[in-house]
Amino acid sequence: MLPGVLRCARPAFTSLALNRPLAHFRPHMDPDSSRPVERAITTKLTAALKPDHLEVHNESHMHAVPPGSESHFRVLVVSSQFDGLPLIKRHRLVNEALKEELSGCVHALSIQAKTPEQWGSNPTLAKSPPCMGGSRGDHTVQEKLKAGRE
Amino acid sequence: MNTIIRSTARCLRAGAAAVYLPVRAGARVWSASPPRRLLCAAADLQKDLGAMVKKDKVVVFMKGTPAQPMCGFSNAVVQILRMHGVDQYAAYNVLDDGELREGVKVFSNWPTIPQVYFSGEFVGGCDILLQMHQNGDLVEELKKLGIHSALLNAEKESK
Repeated sequence: MLPGVLRCARPAFTSLALNRPLAHFRPHMDPDSSRPVERAITTKLTAALKPDHLEVHNESHMHAVPPGSESHFRVLVVSSQFDGLPLIKRHRLVNEALKEELSGCVHALSIQAKTPEQWGSNPTLAKSPPCMGGSRGDHTVQEKLKAGRE
Repeated sequence: MNTIIRSTARCLRAGAAAVYLPVRAGARVWSASPPRRLLCAAADLQKDLGAMVKKDKVVVFMKGTPAQPMCGFSNAVVQILRMHGVDQYAAYNVLDDGELREGVKVFSNWPTIPQVYFSGEFVGGCDILLQMHQNGDLVEELKKLGIHSALLNAEKESK
């Protein structure tokens, strides 16, 4: 019964993330030379938090930025390093690991930081709220995106 | 208020102008015109932020206003607070002031907007507020502020 519950509990979005790459989901087909920011985020979070489970989702396509941007991310980190820590301290650990990206081209970072026990009892990826277009015409976002591309 | 008057006087001497604009519906906006400030203004802003986050029980730095949020994450914070019946709070629109936008990130040591403060203490961003709302912690934290969550009334009525 448990695997069935897990299947129902995980939204389709999560299984898409596990089946990379998908032609309609990503603008670039070669996973090695593209998505440098996504790879950096994955590498740094893995090194800093030794996660049992890690998901890094580029959600830039959901926001008012050009296609192929790496500006808006959602990360799900499951790590025993979060044991006993309040949410704010967990998020600060993630922010610290990604300090360079956050002062560079990453404009928004959604974080889910769970302990292995919490993930086991509720293995769901949260969904981001719909964009309200704040990045459109936001010159700081344009500058960050330019910096990311150089 | 005194710090705002002092920094306004300093800015007027420097040739720029800082304007305190009240916005209806319990939300206040702090805004500044052209970004020609002295270096000391950055330190003043940090001091001002220290006062701003303590002046009201609930303080939100967001994109847009509670009446018209300009970002999905900021809107989520506004909606969550509204669900709990929290409509009177100080909301500062960082899109109006680039220095406030960067200054609050330094002040909170937090890289993104929105940012929520309860009684001068940094609570977190949209993700944390949402999780607190989902696990019941938000009702408890509001109680500590002397705010009775509207969701408690809804629970009572359904029993």
